[in-house]
Amino acid sequence: MTAVQERPVGGSLIHQFELGLDAPICLTWELTYACNLACAHCLSSSGKRDPRELSTEQCEAVIDELQRMQVFYVNIGGGEPTIRPDFWHLLAYAVDHQVGVKFSTNGVRITPERARFLASTDYVDVQISLDGATADVNDYVRGPGSYDTALAALQNLQDAGFKDAKISVVCTRENIGQLDEFKELADRYGATLRLTRLRPSGRGADVWDELHPLPAQQKVLYDWLMAHGEDVLTGDSFFHLAAFGESLPGLNLCGAGRVVCLIDPIGDVYACPFAIHDNFLAGSLLAEGGFQRVWQTSELFTELRSPQTGGACAKCSFFDSCRGGCMAAKFFTGLPLDGPDPECVQGYGETALAGERSIPAASQDHSRSGATRNQPVLLQLMTRPPVSACAESPLAGYEPSSQGGCC
Amino acid sequence: MPDLLLDPMLEGAWALSPSVALRPEPFGALAYHFGNRKLTFLKRPELVIVVRVLGEHPDVRSALVAAGVPPSQHAAYGEALRGLARTDMIRPREKELAR
Ligand code: SF4
Ligand code: SF4
Repeated sequence: MTAVQERPVGGSLIHQFELGLDAPICLTWELTYACNLACAHCLSSSGKRDPRELSTEQCEAVIDELQRMQVFYVNIGGGEPTIRPDFWHLLAYAVDHQVGVKFSTNGVRITPERARFLASTDYVDVQISLDGATADVNDYVRGPGSYDTALAALQNLQDAGFKDAKISVVCTRENIGQLDEFKELADRYGATLRLTRLRPSGRGADVWDELHPLPAQQKVLYDWLMAHGEDVLTGDSFFHLAAFGESLPGLNLCGAGRVVCLIDPIGDVYACPFAIHDNFLAGSLLAEGGFQRVWQTSELFTELRSPQTGGACAKCSFFDSCRGGCMAAKFFTGLPLDGPDPECVQGYGETALAGERSIPAASQDHSRSGATRNQPVLLQLMTRPPVSACAESPLAGYEPSSQGGCC
Repeated sequence: MPDLLLDPMLEGAWALSPSVALRPEPFGALAYHFGNRKLTFLKRPELVIVVRVLGEHPDVRSALVAAGVPPSQHAAYGEALRGLARTDMIRPREKELAR
């Protein structure tokens, strides 16, 4: 490593983001590991509540700190956040403290009454997770009944006059063929479609081989995004597809520890919601100095903000836009972090996956141990135990239209 | 490219929108609009000063001068401010405040 560099003035926004910000832009906060579902690809291996979960008072203190740091909004997820008894209180508390909330839910608690409450609030966004445009495709991954639950929630929101709910879809081998149907579904509910990338994180590591889009499907996805990019959100999660040619709208950057991070239910701070592993644990916000100290001075985040080498990717002509893809995807598939993404569209990922690699062991798992009523078929087919909830994008909230920036 | 002398943006009276918060960052600032939830990055410290003082000046041009922006860059700043106006980050002020 070279000597510490003075931070340059000006330069591209991406370059500035790489050097890190005083506070995150895209902060995900998983309020609980408890979940009523047991989705096969759950990024946080949710299921059971962690007994060390932050108390209501501790959560309020976190919100106070986020307000002081001017974190303008948080993406709340889980687990299923709405099953925390104090969820609605914390939602109101955040909004009252100038911290807007976008929360992800499988819809289980979005009753007509809650939908009316949500419609009456400002600064609250709701994302309903749905991983199939039809019940068979969705329930295969998310468990029986989960499609109906999601659609009932969307209906309740629409009936209550809630504007612009999001339908959040993790793109898989099973549902890439349904992109138009997803769009129709979103239009039907006056909602916006949000597509994100499947990462091999949490239980997703167990099903990634089976679920991640095949190379030809990546191209289908890319073409579809190029054609519909204006009307769909992506959390900027598909920047590895930029190597097909043109960059997609949004930022091409792995934001982990630079503009993105995760607060987990017990107050541990990780570099990214898709990187819940000891290697990416920066510290606990319960320690002296709180979240701000972890964000601004932790060793891990400082390292992630220092200049990175392109490794094997540096020779690739698409490196400027693809930047070697997703750190978490590489890590959990056992690939070197400075090499190509496992889904490298130039084909280098497949070569790398075929070579020698060792997949890291999960450092935690909140999956329920026995089979549950809601267990998805995909998990019944597999040997490992099941469990939970749904994707949270690391780059969500970047408003592509505002990326032009100024000057 | 707007004519520097005729750019109406530079002659108008503007102010930061009341729904916008500015968060200082090493490169400038982040502007967040609580109403339309747009996030914009102000990439130059001078631009941050300009939007902060806009409301105190009779027109944009004098705010630029006060922020130390050289005249050769006024057109570019006018363009940037137009971009901010499009997303309601800044708003035109009432007539009586204008010159
Ligand atoms: S999901 Fe991957 S690319 Fe995105 S911030 Fe996390 S590690 Fe980086
Ligand atoms: S080789 Fe690396 S930079 Fe090039 S397309 Fe593949 S992942 Fe992206």
